[in-house]
Amino acid sequence: MGTRGYRYKTSHSLPGPGDGGNTGSWRVQRPVIDLTRCTPAKRGAEACFACWLYCPDVVVSRTIPPEIDYKYCKGCGICAEECPTKAIAMVDESVYHEHVEG
Amino acid sequence: MHIIETGNVAAALGVKLAGVQVVAAYPITPQTPLTEKLSELIEAGEMDARYVPVESEHSALAVCIGASSAGARSFTATSANGLLYMHEQVHWAAGARLPIVMCVANRAVGAPWNIWNDHQDSISQRDTGWIQIYSCDHQQIIDDTLKAFRLAETTSIPVMVCYDGYLLSHTYMPFEVPEQEKVEQFLPPFHPSYALDPSSPANLNTVTLPEIRTDVHGEMAHGYMEIRYLLQEDLRKAVQVVEEIDAAFQEIFGRGGAPLVEPYRCDDAEYVVVGMGSLTYQLWDVIETLRTEGHKIGVLGVRLYRPFPDAAVAAALRGARGVFVMEKALSYGYEGALCSDLKSALYDHIPDKSRAPFVKGLVAGIGGREIRTADLTDTLRSGLVGSIPEPGWIGIQL
Repeated sequence: MGTRGYRYKTSHSLPGPGDGGNTGSWRVQRPVIDLTRCTPAKRGAEACFACWLYCPDVVVSRTIPPEIDYKYCKGCGICAEECPTKAIAMVDESVYHEHVEG
Repeated sequence: MHIIETGNVAAALGVKLAGVQVVAAYPITPQTPLTEKLSELIEAGEMDARYVPVESEHSALAVCIGASSAGARSFTATSANGLLYMHEQVHWAAGARLPIVMCVANRAVGAPWNIWNDHQDSISQRDTGWIQIYSCDHQQIIDDTLKAFRLAETTSIPVMVCYDGYLLSHTYMPFEVPEQEKVEQFLPPFHPSYALDPSSPANLNTVTLPEIRTDVHGEMAHGYMEIRYLLQEDLRKAVQVVEEIDAAFQEIFGRGGAPLVEPYRCDDAEYVVVGMGSLTYQLWDVIETLRTEGHKIGVLGVRLYRPFPDAAVAAALRGARGVFVMEKALSYGYEGALCSDLKSALYDHIPDKSRAPFVKGLVAGIGGREIRTADLTDTLRSGLVGSIPEPGWIGIQL
């Protein structure tokens, strides 16, 4: 399927999931949330959400518990840096896959 | 109304008549009087536009890119090193498909520092994706500037109107200034296909991946390669658009008729001299002298350089035994860019190579070196018997 009929002749992107492409494929490290340390998960209440607030790509949900959309998460690590309870670890994708597949 | 003015003023009046809304420019010789004139017109309230003074040429074109993205008819002008300083944005404007018009008062590029005329500045921007038109006199400067806006807005491709520094920019010549009413008939207000709108935010020309992708609407959006191909495709189609716009202009104003190439006494010519800009009309005089000596020789002026009107060039040269390409620029390390382009056109359009003319590249007027009509005549006279002294740089004294 080609792009001949596309509405623009240039690159336009609108705010919304995936308009920059499948950017999750860029990720080298994966943020993994430890729910035993995550404030909203532990309390079962809307609280903290620093990861949701700081994520530059809007891939962390404002839910209990927060969820990460790995299709678009580039693995920048800002959520891990900002998490006040250090509940998010950045895990090498190779290590993660070895662990999951192993 | 006929007036006697400079080429720079002709360009400024064209810009005023076109109803340009944003002008951003940085002064550089020999373009300066053009932008000074525009700032005067805007300051005096004779032109309803915003003049944005900038700290560099790079910023000048960046302002035009922003203004054009917001839907404003935008103009800038420069010369030589100013154009080179813009270079990154020159590519950007074309890739972003913004219908900006820029006048280039052609000047040699440094080093060494030189403020006089040749074509190295705009020729070095050949591969940026802009349309390039070369005006040969003052009337063409004002007419080409008006046509350039319609051409840019029809094709969504920016247009450079190039004219010789000093030889045209600073000399006074009579020309007709079109009536505003007729200009409005020829050039309707600019309605962009897309304009920035704060109530509906979008990113323009962001990182575009090598592969195509599904956008937020679920439609298949272009990758970088598709976007670049569309520019090439539309540039090739623009050759015909240039002809259509020239025909529309001629219908209203009665001038035009040779928007791609302008042949002069080429019909029965065994030899043809090819040039661009003001040199074209100087060559007409040379040809007259050679004709009185019995030589069947003509002149082919190339008016549209990008997209290259290869078919028109080849058609005009079909039947000629020899072609002399006289250029004020060089692709250093090889030959003049026009010479290479012309040879390429002949190769593509004249299948029987035994019938293709010989092509001799010549260089003249680099850095404003005086181009004497007598020298041109002598050089071509030698050329007709195959004995032009090497290296074919007319008037060089080494």
